Amino acid sequence: MKNTNYSEKIHTWGRAWNLSMMVLLILFPIAIAIIFGAAPDLQGLLLGLLYTAPMYWAVGFIEVFTYIPMLGAGGSYLSFVTGNISNLKLPCALNALEQADVKANSDEGEVVSTIAIAVSSIVTTAIIILGVLLITPLTPILEAPVLAPAFAQILPALFGGLGVVFVSRNWKIAIAPVSLMLVLFIFIPALNAGTVGIMVPVSVIFTLIISRIMYKRGML
Amino acid sequence: MTFDVNSPILFVLVGIIIAAVLAQSVFFLVKAWKRGKEIGMEPKKLRRIATTAAVFTIAPAVAIVISVIALAKDLGVALPWLRLSVIGSLSYETIAASNAANGMGLKLGEISALTASQYVTITLVMTISILVGIWLVPVVCKKLQSGMINLEKRDKKWADIFSASMFIGMIAAFVGYVFCDVSTIFEGSTAGLIPVAVMAVSALVMLISGALVKIFKARWISDYALPVSLIAGMASAIPITSWLA
Repeated sequence: MKNTNYSEKIHTWGRAWNLSMMVLLILFPIAIAIIFGAAPDLQGLLLGLLYTAPMYWAVGFIEVFTYIPMLGAGGSYLSFVTGNISNLKLPCALNALEQADVKANSDEGEVVSTIAIAVSSIVTTAIIILGVLLITPLTPILEAPVLAPAFAQILPALFGGLGVVFVSRNWKIAIAPVSLMLVLFIFIPALNAGTVGIMVPVSVIFTLIISRIMYKRGML
Repeated sequence: MTFDVNSPILFVLVGIIIAAVLAQSVFFLVKAWKRGKEIGMEPKKLRRIATTAAVFTIAPAVAIVISVIALAKDLGVALPWLRLSVIGSLSYETIAASNAANGMGLKLGEISALTASQYVTITLVMTISILVGIWLVPVVCKKLQSGMINLEKRDKKWADIFSASMFIGMIAAFVGYVFCDVSTIFEGSTAGLIPVAVMAVSALVMLISGALVKIFKARWISDYALPVSLIAGMASAIPITSWLA
Protein backbone atom coordinates (compact mmCIF):
# COMPACT_ATOMS: atom_id res chain seq x y z
CA MET A 1 0.00 0.00 0.00
CA LYS A 2 1.33 3.44 -0.93
CA ASN A 3 1.59 6.19 1.65
CA THR A 4 -1.09 8.38 0.09
CA ASN A 5 -3.14 11.36 1.13
CA TYR A 6 -6.02 8.96 1.95
CA SER A 7 -3.90 6.80 4.23
CA GLU A 8 -2.73 9.96 6.04
CA LYS A 9 -6.27 11.25 6.45
CA ILE A 10 -7.66 7.93 7.67
CA HIS A 11 -5.42 8.21 10.74
CA THR A 12 -6.58 11.78 11.43
CA TRP A 13 -10.23 10.73 11.12
CA GLY A 14 -9.69 7.53 13.10
CA ARG A 15 -7.94 9.32 15.97
CA ALA A 16 -10.68 11.94 16.20
CA TRP A 17 -13.49 9.34 16.12
CA ASN A 18 -11.91 6.87 18.53
CA LEU A 19 -10.88 9.42 21.13
CA SER A 20 -14.34 11.03 20.93
CA MET A 21 -15.95 7.61 21.39
CA MET A 22 -13.70 6.97 24.39
CA VAL A 23 -14.86 10.22 26.02
CA LEU A 24 -18.52 9.33 25.31
CA LEU A 25 -18.08 5.87 26.86
CA ILE A 26 -16.46 7.29 30.00
CA LEU A 27 -19.22 9.89 30.29
CA PHE A 28 -21.90 7.16 30.41
CA PRO A 29 -21.26 5.94 34.01
CA ILE A 30 -20.50 9.52 35.10
CA ALA A 31 -23.85 10.69 33.69
CA ILE A 32 -25.72 7.90 35.50
CA ALA A 33 -23.95 8.77 38.76
CA ILE A 34 -24.95 12.45 38.40
CA ILE A 35 -28.56 11.79 37.26
CA PHE A 36 -29.31 9.31 40.05
CA GLY A 37 -27.06 10.97 42.63
CA ALA A 38 -25.19 7.72 43.20
CA ALA A 39 -21.47 7.42 43.88
CA PRO A 40 -19.73 4.17 42.92
CA ASP A 41 -19.07 1.58 45.61
CA LEU A 42 -15.32 2.17 46.07
CA GLN A 43 -14.56 -1.30 47.40
CA GLY A 44 -16.50 -2.95 44.57
CA LEU A 45 -14.85 -0.67 42.02
CA LEU A 46 -11.31 -1.36 43.26
CA LEU A 47 -11.82 -5.11 43.63
CA GLY A 48 -13.64 -5.34 40.29
CA LEU A 49 -10.84 -3.45 38.52
CA LEU A 50 -8.14 -5.41 40.33
CA TYR A 51 -9.59 -8.73 39.14
CA THR A 52 -10.51 -7.55 35.64
CA ALA A 53 -8.42 -4.66 34.34
CA PRO A 54 -4.84 -6.05 34.42
CA MET A 55 -5.82 -9.12 32.38
CA TYR A 56 -8.04 -7.16 29.96
CA TRP A 57 -5.42 -4.45 29.47
CA ALA A 58 -2.72 -7.03 28.76
CA VAL A 59 -4.96 -8.91 26.31
CA GLY A 60 -6.16 -5.62 24.76
CA PHE A 61 -2.56 -4.46 24.30
CA ILE A 62 -1.58 -7.70 22.53
CA GLU A 63 -4.78 -7.70 20.44
CA VAL A 64 -4.05 -4.23 19.10
CA PHE A 65 -0.60 -5.23 17.85
CA THR A 66 -1.89 -8.56 16.48
CA TYR A 67 -5.00 -7.34 14.68
CA ILE A 68 -3.98 -3.95 13.21
CA PRO A 69 -1.79 -5.44 10.44
CA MET A 70 -4.68 -7.77 9.50
CA LEU A 71 -7.55 -5.24 9.70
CA GLY A 72 -5.91 -2.34 7.86
CA ALA A 73 -6.09 1.25 9.11
CA GLY A 74 -9.79 2.08 8.60
CA GLY A 75 -10.83 -1.39 9.71
CA SER A 76 -8.74 -1.12 12.90
CA TYR A 77 -10.17 2.22 14.02
CA LEU A 78 -13.70 0.88 13.48
CA SER A 79 -13.18 -2.63 14.85
CA PHE A 80 -11.66 -1.48 18.13
CA VAL A 81 -14.76 0.67 18.70
CA THR A 82 -17.41 -1.83 17.61
CA GLY A 83 -15.76 -4.96 19.06
CA ASN A 84 -16.41 -8.65 18.31
CA ILE A 85 -13.20 -8.68 16.25
CA SER A 86 -12.11 -12.32 16.09
CA ASN A 87 -15.64 -13.76 15.91
CA LEU A 88 -17.06 -11.31 13.37
CA LYS A 89 -15.14 -8.30 12.02
CA LEU A 90 -11.87 -10.02 11.08
CA PRO A 91 -13.50 -13.09 9.44
CA CYS A 92 -15.80 -10.67 7.57
CA ALA A 93 -12.82 -8.64 6.31
CA LEU A 94 -10.88 -11.81 5.41
CA ASN A 95 -13.82 -13.16 3.42
CA ALA A 96 -14.23 -9.83 1.60
CA LEU A 97 -10.51 -9.72 0.69
CA GLU A 98 -10.77 -13.28 -0.58
CA GLN A 99 -13.88 -12.54 -2.67
CA ALA A 100 -12.40 -9.35 -4.11
CA ASP A 101 -9.15 -11.22 -4.78
CA VAL A 102 -6.97 -8.43 -3.36
CA LYS A 103 -4.07 -8.41 -0.91
CA ALA A 104 -4.70 -7.05 2.57
CA ASN A 105 -1.70 -4.71 2.34
CA SER A 106 -2.74 -3.07 -0.98
CA ASP A 107 -4.75 0.13 -1.58
CA GLU A 108 -7.69 -2.00 -2.73
CA GLY A 109 -7.30 -4.22 0.36
CA GLU A 110 -7.58 -1.20 2.66
CA VAL A 111 -10.80 -0.13 0.88
CA VAL A 112 -12.27 -3.65 0.86
CA SER A 113 -11.60 -4.39 4.54
CA THR A 114 -12.89 -0.96 5.64
CA ILE A 115 -16.12 -1.38 3.63
CA ALA A 116 -16.65 -4.95 4.93
CA ILE A 117 -16.06 -3.95 8.57
CA ALA A 118 -18.17 -0.77 8.30
CA VAL A 119 -21.11 -2.66 6.75
CA SER A 120 -20.73 -5.45 9.30
CA SER A 121 -20.73 -2.89 12.13
CA ILE A 122 -23.85 -1.15 10.77
CA VAL A 123 -25.73 -4.44 10.29
CA THR A 124 -24.70 -5.71 13.75
CA THR A 125 -25.78 -2.48 15.41
CA ALA A 126 -29.09 -2.51 13.51
CA ILE A 127 -29.81 -6.15 14.43
CA ILE A 128 -29.00 -5.50 18.11
CA ILE A 129 -31.35 -2.46 18.04
CA LEU A 130 -34.09 -4.68 16.56
CA GLY A 131 -33.34 -7.33 19.19
CA VAL A 132 -33.61 -4.75 21.99
CA LEU A 133 -36.89 -3.35 20.59
CA LEU A 134 -38.37 -6.83 20.19
CA ILE A 135 -36.74 -8.39 23.25
CA THR A 136 -40.01 -9.60 24.81
CA PRO A 137 -41.33 -11.60 21.81
CA LEU A 138 -37.82 -12.64 20.71
CA THR A 139 -36.53 -14.02 24.03
CA PRO A 140 -38.53 -17.30 24.02
CA ILE A 141 -37.60 -17.88 20.35
CA LEU A 142 -33.89 -17.14 20.62
CA GLU A 143 -33.59 -18.98 23.93
CA ALA A 144 -35.53 -22.02 22.69
CA PRO A 145 -33.62 -25.18 23.74
CA VAL A 146 -33.81 -26.51 20.17
CA LEU A 147 -31.78 -23.53 18.84
CA ALA A 148 -29.24 -23.43 21.68
CA PRO A 149 -26.78 -25.93 20.09
CA ALA A 150 -26.71 -23.90 16.85
CA PHE A 151 -25.64 -20.69 18.61
CA ALA A 152 -23.28 -22.58 20.92
CA GLN A 153 -21.34 -23.83 17.87
CA ILE A 154 -21.03 -20.56 15.95
CA LEU A 155 -17.21 -20.42 16.11
CA PRO A 156 -16.63 -23.97 14.75
CA ALA A 157 -19.20 -23.27 12.02
CA LEU A 158 -17.42 -20.04 11.14
CA PHE A 159 -13.85 -21.31 11.18
CA GLY A 160 -14.70 -24.51 9.28
CA GLY A 161 -15.62 -22.54 6.16
CA LEU A 162 -13.00 -19.87 6.60
CA GLY A 163 -10.26 -22.33 7.57
CA VAL A 164 -10.69 -24.60 4.57
CA VAL A 165 -10.21 -21.67 2.17
CA PHE A 166 -7.15 -20.16 3.81
CA VAL A 167 -5.46 -23.39 4.90
CA SER A 168 -5.83 -24.97 1.44
CA ARG A 169 -4.37 -21.85 -0.21
CA ASN A 170 -1.48 -21.57 2.24
CA TRP A 171 -1.04 -25.19 3.32
CA LYS A 172 2.74 -24.97 3.60
CA ILE A 173 2.43 -22.07 6.06
CA ALA A 174 -0.48 -23.73 7.90
CA ILE A 175 0.99 -27.16 8.73
CA ALA A 176 3.17 -26.11 11.69
CA PRO A 177 0.79 -23.68 13.49
CA VAL A 178 -2.30 -25.89 13.02
CA SER A 179 -0.36 -28.91 14.35
CA LEU A 180 0.99 -26.94 17.32
CA MET A 181 -2.41 -25.48 18.23
CA LEU A 182 -4.08 -28.90 17.95
CA VAL A 183 -1.54 -30.45 20.32
CA LEU A 184 -1.76 -27.56 22.79
CA PHE A 185 -5.57 -27.34 22.85
CA ILE A 186 -6.08 -31.11 23.03
CA PHE A 187 -3.55 -31.79 25.78
CA ILE A 188 -3.65 -28.65 27.95
CA PRO A 189 -7.00 -28.53 29.79
CA ALA A 190 -6.60 -24.82 30.65
CA LEU A 191 -6.88 -23.95 26.96
CA ASN A 192 -10.56 -23.50 26.09
CA ALA A 193 -13.10 -20.94 24.86
CA GLY A 194 -12.00 -18.51 27.55
CA THR A 195 -8.33 -18.60 26.60
CA VAL A 196 -8.49 -18.82 22.80
CA GLY A 197 -8.14 -15.03 22.57
CA ILE A 198 -4.79 -15.22 24.38
CA MET A 199 -3.62 -18.03 22.07
CA VAL A 200 -4.25 -16.01 18.88
CA PRO A 201 -1.13 -13.81 19.29
CA VAL A 202 0.90 -16.86 20.39
CA SER A 203 -0.14 -18.68 17.22
CA VAL A 204 0.44 -15.62 15.01
CA ILE A 205 3.98 -15.06 16.35
CA PHE A 206 4.81 -18.77 15.99
CA THR A 207 3.49 -18.78 12.40
CA LEU A 208 5.54 -15.68 11.51
CA ILE A 209 8.74 -17.26 12.91
CA ILE A 210 8.19 -20.54 11.02
CA SER A 211 7.26 -18.68 7.82
CA ARG A 212 10.39 -16.53 8.07
CA ILE A 213 12.58 -19.61 8.47
CA MET A 214 10.86 -21.33 5.52
CA TYR A 215 11.11 -18.18 3.40
CA LYS A 216 14.83 -17.79 4.12
CA ARG A 217 15.37 -21.42 3.14
CA GLY A 218 13.45 -20.97 -0.13
CA MET A 219 10.58 -23.22 0.96
CA LEU A 220 7.82 -20.64 0.32
CA MET B 1 -34.99 10.11 40.31
CA THR B 2 -35.76 6.52 41.27
CA PHE B 3 -33.29 4.08 39.78
CA ASP B 4 -34.23 1.03 37.75
CA VAL B 5 -31.93 -1.03 35.48
CA ASN B 6 -34.45 -0.44 32.68
CA SER B 7 -34.99 3.24 33.40
CA PRO B 8 -35.87 5.16 30.17
CA ILE B 9 -33.03 7.66 30.70
CA LEU B 10 -30.50 4.80 30.45
CA PHE B 11 -31.89 3.93 27.01
CA VAL B 12 -31.62 7.57 25.95
CA LEU B 13 -27.95 7.74 27.03
CA VAL B 14 -27.11 4.42 25.37
CA GLY B 15 -29.05 5.47 22.25
CA ILE B 16 -26.84 8.58 21.92
CA ILE B 17 -23.64 6.50 22.09
CA ILE B 18 -25.01 3.88 19.65
CA ALA B 19 -25.95 6.70 17.25
CA ALA B 20 -22.35 7.94 17.42
CA VAL B 21 -21.05 4.42 16.68
CA LEU B 22 -23.39 4.18 13.69
CA ALA B 23 -22.23 7.60 12.50
CA GLN B 24 -18.58 6.48 12.69
CA SER B 25 -19.34 3.31 10.71
CA VAL B 26 -21.23 5.28 8.03
CA PHE B 27 -18.42 7.88 7.90
CA PHE B 28 -15.74 5.24 7.27
CA LEU B 29 -17.99 3.42 4.78
CA VAL B 30 -18.52 6.59 2.72
CA LYS B 31 -14.82 7.53 2.80
CA ALA B 32 -13.70 4.01 1.79
CA TRP B 33 -16.34 3.85 -0.95
CA LYS B 34 -15.15 7.17 -2.43
CA ARG B 35 -11.54 6.02 -2.18
CA GLY B 36 -12.45 2.77 -3.94
CA LYS B 37 -13.92 4.71 -6.86
CA GLU B 38 -10.87 7.01 -6.94
CA ILE B 39 -8.49 4.09 -7.38
CA GLY B 40 -10.65 2.60 -10.14
CA MET B 41 -12.66 -0.04 -8.32
CA GLU B 42 -16.02 -0.69 -10.00
CA PRO B 43 -19.14 0.30 -8.00
CA LYS B 44 -20.52 -3.17 -8.79
CA LYS B 45 -17.55 -4.76 -7.03
CA LEU B 46 -17.94 -2.43 -4.04
CA ARG B 47 -21.65 -3.27 -3.80
CA ARG B 48 -20.84 -6.98 -3.90
CA ILE B 49 -18.37 -6.59 -1.01
CA ALA B 50 -20.97 -4.70 1.03
CA THR B 51 -23.77 -7.20 0.31
CA THR B 52 -21.61 -10.21 1.19
CA ALA B 53 -20.48 -8.55 4.44
CA ALA B 54 -24.08 -7.74 5.37
CA VAL B 55 -25.34 -11.28 4.71
CA PHE B 56 -22.38 -12.84 6.53
CA THR B 57 -22.99 -10.66 9.61
CA ILE B 58 -26.61 -11.72 10.25
CA ALA B 59 -26.04 -15.02 12.12
CA PRO B 60 -23.18 -13.77 14.38
CA ALA B 61 -25.21 -10.61 15.11
CA VAL B 62 -28.22 -12.70 16.20
CA ALA B 63 -25.83 -14.57 18.52
CA ILE B 64 -24.86 -11.19 20.01
CA VAL B 65 -28.58 -10.43 20.60
CA ILE B 66 -28.77 -13.70 22.56
CA SER B 67 -25.83 -12.46 24.67
CA VAL B 68 -27.71 -9.20 25.33
CA ILE B 69 -30.72 -11.23 26.51
CA ALA B 70 -28.48 -13.36 28.76
CA LEU B 71 -26.87 -10.36 30.48
CA ALA B 72 -30.15 -8.39 30.60
CA LYS B 73 -31.52 -10.68 33.31
CA ASP B 74 -29.15 -9.14 35.86
CA LEU B 75 -28.13 -5.83 34.34
CA GLY B 76 -31.28 -4.70 32.51
CA VAL B 77 -31.34 -4.23 28.74
CA ALA B 78 -29.60 -0.86 28.32
CA LEU B 79 -26.13 -1.75 29.67
CA PRO B 80 -25.70 -5.07 27.76
CA TRP B 81 -27.03 -3.28 24.66
CA LEU B 82 -24.25 -0.71 25.02
CA ARG B 83 -21.47 -3.07 26.01
CA LEU B 84 -22.16 -5.56 23.21
CA SER B 85 -22.59 -2.85 20.56
CA VAL B 86 -19.41 -1.00 21.52
CA ILE B 87 -16.12 -2.95 21.88
CA GLY B 88 -17.45 -5.79 24.03
CA SER B 89 -18.15 -9.48 23.65
CA LEU B 90 -20.19 -11.83 25.85
CA SER B 91 -17.23 -13.54 27.54
CA TYR B 92 -15.45 -10.24 28.35
CA GLU B 93 -18.54 -8.48 29.62
CA THR B 94 -19.76 -11.40 31.73
CA ILE B 95 -16.39 -11.68 33.50
CA ALA B 96 -16.10 -7.90 34.05
CA ALA B 97 -19.66 -7.60 35.38
CA SER B 98 -19.20 -10.72 37.52
CA ASN B 99 -15.94 -9.42 39.06
CA ALA B 100 -17.51 -6.04 39.85
CA ALA B 101 -20.57 -7.75 41.37
CA ASN B 102 -18.37 -10.07 43.45
CA GLY B 103 -16.42 -7.07 44.75
CA MET B 104 -19.70 -5.76 46.20
CA GLY B 105 -20.70 -9.12 47.65
CA LEU B 106 -23.19 -9.86 44.85
CA LYS B 107 -23.31 -12.81 42.49
CA LEU B 108 -24.15 -12.43 38.81
CA GLY B 109 -27.12 -14.64 38.00
CA GLU B 110 -28.63 -14.14 41.47
CA ILE B 111 -29.09 -10.38 41.47
CA SER B 112 -32.69 -9.30 42.17
CA ALA B 113 -32.49 -5.48 41.95
CA LEU B 114 -29.35 -3.39 41.53
CA THR B 115 -29.06 -0.03 43.26
CA ALA B 116 -27.83 2.99 41.27
CA SER B 117 -24.49 2.84 43.10
CA GLN B 118 -23.99 -0.84 42.26
CA TYR B 119 -24.99 -0.17 38.63
CA VAL B 120 -22.50 2.72 38.33
CA THR B 121 -19.77 0.52 39.85
CA ILE B 122 -20.40 -2.36 37.43
CA THR B 123 -20.57 0.06 34.47
CA LEU B 124 -17.28 1.70 35.49
CA VAL B 125 -15.47 -1.65 35.83
CA MET B 126 -16.80 -2.84 32.45
CA THR B 127 -15.89 0.45 30.76
CA ILE B 128 -12.42 1.03 32.22
CA SER B 129 -11.38 -2.61 31.68
CA ILE B 130 -12.26 -2.67 28.01
CA LEU B 131 -10.93 0.73 26.89
CA VAL B 132 -7.36 -0.23 25.92
CA GLY B 133 -8.00 -0.83 22.21
CA ILE B 134 -9.96 2.35 21.69
CA TRP B 135 -7.07 4.64 22.78
CA LEU B 136 -4.13 2.43 21.84
CA VAL B 137 -5.16 2.12 18.18
CA PRO B 138 -4.92 5.92 17.64
CA VAL B 139 -1.48 5.82 19.30
CA VAL B 140 0.11 2.95 17.37
CA CYS B 141 -1.96 2.35 14.21
CA LYS B 142 -0.07 4.81 11.99
CA LYS B 143 3.32 3.45 13.07
CA LEU B 144 2.25 -0.18 12.53
CA GLN B 145 0.76 0.61 9.12
CA SER B 146 3.93 2.51 8.13
CA GLY B 147 5.91 -0.54 9.20
CA MET B 148 3.77 -2.70 6.90
CA ILE B 149 4.30 -0.25 4.01
CA ASN B 150 8.07 -0.24 4.57
CA LEU B 151 8.09 -4.04 4.76
CA GLU B 152 6.36 -4.19 1.39
CA LYS B 153 8.81 -1.71 -0.14
CA ARG B 154 11.80 -3.74 1.09
CA ASP B 155 10.54 -7.21 0.13
CA LYS B 156 7.10 -7.56 -1.46
CA LYS B 157 7.09 -11.36 -1.46
CA TRP B 158 7.89 -11.52 2.25
CA ALA B 159 5.24 -8.84 2.96
CA ASP B 160 2.62 -11.05 1.29
CA ILE B 161 3.82 -14.13 3.23
CA PHE B 162 3.85 -12.05 6.44
CA SER B 163 0.23 -11.04 5.88
CA ALA B 164 -0.89 -14.60 5.01
CA SER B 165 1.00 -15.94 8.06
CA MET B 166 -0.87 -13.59 10.39
CA PHE B 167 -4.23 -14.76 9.02
CA ILE B 168 -3.19 -18.41 9.21
CA GLY B 169 -1.89 -17.94 12.76
CA MET B 170 -5.26 -16.54 13.83
CA ILE B 171 -7.22 -19.32 12.10
CA ALA B 172 -4.88 -22.01 13.55
CA ALA B 173 -5.68 -20.84 17.10
CA PHE B 174 -9.41 -21.19 16.46
CA VAL B 175 -8.98 -24.58 14.76
CA GLY B 176 -7.09 -25.70 17.89
CA TYR B 177 -9.89 -24.35 20.09
CA VAL B 178 -12.46 -26.45 18.19
CA PHE B 179 -10.56 -29.56 19.34
CA CYS B 180 -10.14 -28.43 22.98
CA ASP B 181 -12.64 -30.93 24.43
CA VAL B 182 -11.75 -33.89 22.19
CA SER B 183 -9.81 -35.58 25.03
CA THR B 184 -13.12 -36.15 26.87
CA ILE B 185 -13.53 -39.11 24.52
CA PHE B 186 -11.05 -40.98 26.76
CA GLU B 187 -13.52 -40.48 29.62
CA GLY B 188 -16.30 -42.05 27.56
CA SER B 189 -17.98 -38.78 26.46
CA THR B 190 -18.39 -37.92 22.79
CA ALA B 191 -19.58 -34.35 23.49
CA GLY B 192 -16.09 -33.00 22.72
CA LEU B 193 -16.52 -34.16 19.12
CA ILE B 194 -19.55 -31.87 18.53
CA PRO B 195 -17.55 -28.74 17.54
CA VAL B 196 -15.22 -30.88 15.42
CA ALA B 197 -18.16 -32.40 13.51
CA VAL B 198 -19.76 -28.97 13.08
CA MET B 199 -16.50 -27.56 11.72
CA ALA B 200 -16.25 -30.53 9.33
CA VAL B 201 -19.78 -29.89 8.01
CA SER B 202 -19.02 -26.20 7.50
CA ALA B 203 -15.73 -27.01 5.72
CA LEU B 204 -17.49 -29.58 3.52
CA VAL B 205 -20.18 -27.07 2.50
CA MET B 206 -17.44 -24.58 1.63
CA LEU B 207 -15.66 -27.20 -0.51
CA ILE B 208 -18.93 -28.08 -2.29
CA SER B 209 -19.55 -24.35 -2.92
CA GLY B 210 -16.06 -24.07 -4.42
CA ALA B 211 -16.76 -27.05 -6.69
CA LEU B 212 -20.11 -25.56 -7.79
CA VAL B 213 -18.40 -22.26 -8.66
CA LYS B 214 -16.00 -24.14 -10.93
CA ILE B 215 -18.62 -26.43 -12.50
CA PHE B 216 -21.27 -23.76 -13.20
CA LYS B 217 -18.82 -20.85 -13.58
CA ALA B 218 -21.15 -19.02 -11.19
CA ARG B 219 -19.08 -16.44 -9.32
CA TRP B 220 -22.06 -15.32 -7.18
CA ILE B 221 -22.02 -18.67 -5.37
CA SER B 222 -18.59 -17.87 -3.90
CA ASP B 223 -19.93 -14.52 -2.59
CA TYR B 224 -22.36 -16.38 -0.33
CA ALA B 225 -20.25 -19.48 0.34
CA LEU B 226 -19.06 -18.36 3.79
CA PRO B 227 -22.48 -17.29 5.15
CA VAL B 228 -24.00 -20.51 3.74
CA SER B 229 -21.28 -22.70 5.29
CA LEU B 230 -21.74 -20.82 8.59
CA ILE B 231 -25.52 -21.38 8.62
CA ALA B 232 -25.14 -25.01 7.46
CA GLY B 233 -22.61 -25.64 10.26
CA MET B 234 -24.87 -24.04 12.86
CA ALA B 235 -27.93 -25.96 11.61
CA SER B 236 -25.96 -29.22 11.66
CA ALA B 237 -25.09 -28.56 15.32
CA ILE B 238 -28.73 -29.30 16.30
CA PRO B 239 -28.81 -32.99 15.16
CA ILE B 240 -25.09 -33.48 15.89
CA THR B 241 -25.54 -32.29 19.48
CA SER B 242 -28.52 -34.57 20.10
CA TRP B 243 -26.48 -37.43 18.63
CA LEU B 244 -23.16 -36.89 20.44
CA ALA B 245 -24.08 -35.08 23.67
